[in-house]
Amino acid sequence: MTSTENKYDTDTRTVTLRVNGREVTREVPTRLTLADFLRDDLDLVSVHLGCEHGVCGCCTVLLDGGSVRSCLMLAVQAVGHEVETVESLSADQNNLHPIQEAFAEEQGLQCGFCTPAMVLRTKEILADGQERSDDEVRDEISGILCRCTGYQNIINAVQNAGRKLRCGASGGCGTAGDEAKGA
Amino acid sequence: MKPPKFMYCDPDSVEEAVALKSRYGHDSLVLAGGQSLMPMLNMRLANPDVLIDINRVAALQQITRDGDVLEVGAGVRQSVLESDPAVAAAVPLLGLAIPFIGHIENRHRGTVGGSIAHADAAAELPCAAVTLDATVVLHGTAGRREVAARDFFEGFMTNCCAPDELVVAVRFPVTPAASGSAFVEHARRQGDFALAASAAVVALDAERRFTSVAVGVAGIAATPVRATVVQDALIGQAATAENIAAAAAAIGDTVSSADDMHATGAYRRHLAVTVVKRAITAAVENAAAVERNGS
Ligand SMILES: Cc1cc2nc3c(=O)[nH]c(=O)nc-3n(C[C@@H](O)[C@H](O)[C@H](O)COP(=O)(O)OP(=O)(O)OC[C@H]3O[C@@H](n4cnc5c(N)ncnc54)[C@H](O)[C@@H]3O)c2cc1C
Ligand code: FES
Ligand code: FES
Repeated sequence: MTSTENKYDTDTRTVTLRVNGREVTREVPTRLTLADFLRDDLDLVSVHLGCEHGVCGCCTVLLDGGSVRSCLMLAVQAVGHEVETVESLSADQNNLHPIQEAFAEEQGLQCGFCTPAMVLRTKEILADGQERSDDEVRDEISGILCRCTGYQNIINAVQNAGRKLRCGASGGCGTAGDEAKGA
Repeated sequence: MKPPKFMYCDPDSVEEAVALKSRYGHDSLVLAGGQSLMPMLNMRLANPDVLIDINRVAALQQITRDGDVLEVGAGVRQSVLESDPAVAAAVPLLGLAIPFIGHIENRHRGTVGGSIAHADAAAELPCAAVTLDATVVLHGTAGRREVAARDFFEGFMTNCCAPDELVVAVRFPVTPAASGSAFVEHARRQGDFALAASAAVVALDAERRFTSVAVGVAGIAATPVRATVVQDALIGQAATAENIAAAAAAIGDTVSSADDMHATGAYRRHLAVTVVKRAITAAVENAAAVERNGS
């Protein structure tokens, strides 16, 4: 057996990565997907598996701040990276993150299956602090399918969350945001 | 819906990746962005003994300008190429075509080399590569070789890579400053593969006559194709709506895909003519805008 085979011929590996701000180390099968690692090994069950082939987007997580399908990555590929699931936003239902509040206020969630992915994608979309039209939001969240078809409310939620993040938790700052809401 | 067992290798150099590919050949598959391969593994449509993950090979993640050529490493993420201002300045078509690849969640992982190697006939990057006369750089046991993009794609999901070879880079000629570029696509839903797509890069003289025309079409045959009949018809002609429409009509005759679950052959022919006409029209407008802005 050559040295290369020795090096790679193992069915499990020890992985170390950061998940929701904490460093975690686990031994995992090399064929384990990141989605299953997050759900089964770390109990982060907000990661929802719909299709397991990259189409529905419900397993979306943030990898180093950018949204990716966790069903299309292996857990071993996340070594040294930072993963965020929706559990990172707030564990306390009396003190929700502004994006979570906005989804609740605008009825942007129905069965909730797509919601963790929508919330994380919203966090990425809003990172630049820009306002967005309905069409722009539609375009940017189109990678996640909502089978409850709550789309208009989700668009409202993304825009409301944007106002909250730009203006502080109360959402009560600039007139631009209020006008947009009233319109 | 879980990947099968495989020997997982994650080399950190091109040399080691090539050595692994040489050793395992047909029994191995390269894992790049995983946006096409992971679904195939999850659905057990692919069952390699060995998976060679190239994501740790830093040398494959570089974008370099080499005179009149923009060399993009195979491992460069599609979203990086999409938003890099230096790329937009050198080869504007790339920034116009890449946003049509799936969704941003796919482009954050999907790579340039993976899209090219996957050789989907409806894919945007292969179409752009053929339109731009790009060169695909391969590396195998015998060393490095370069293949013109139009020879690289051999058939439906088939490329000319030998079992011991990897795609290591794509070399795109820098687009002359006074050209206009455009990419037009028709898909049933945002993010879906195109039923038909067209890329165009044109240049005009002072009388608004075409001095150069490159048009590529995706989704109408087993590989992306150059619309040579359309190009030949337009060279030297005035860039009028009538001339463009008349030339574009000829592409309908080259559509070889028959009826399938996505569209009838007749609908595809109609779409092909439409996307070619729109792409050339948009590229002409873009060229005029470039000229007005004095660059
Ligand atoms: C929901 C969804 C929608 C999509 N829509 C589109 C679309 O509209 N247009 C489009 O073009 N694509 C689309 N794709 C696919 C695109 O996202 C992939 O990125 C691309 O097809 C493959 O690139 P990859 O880097 O992900 O490669 P992988 O999936 O890792 O690999 C693809 C194939 O290429 C081989 N390969 C990869 N890299 C190399 C290399 N360097 N040398 C040799 N062989 C290699 C692999 O072994 C495999 O056979 C979509 C995917 C999804 C999940
Ligand atoms: S479960 Fe990952 S995209 Fe559907
Ligand atoms: S709220 Fe049910 S899937 Fe979106």
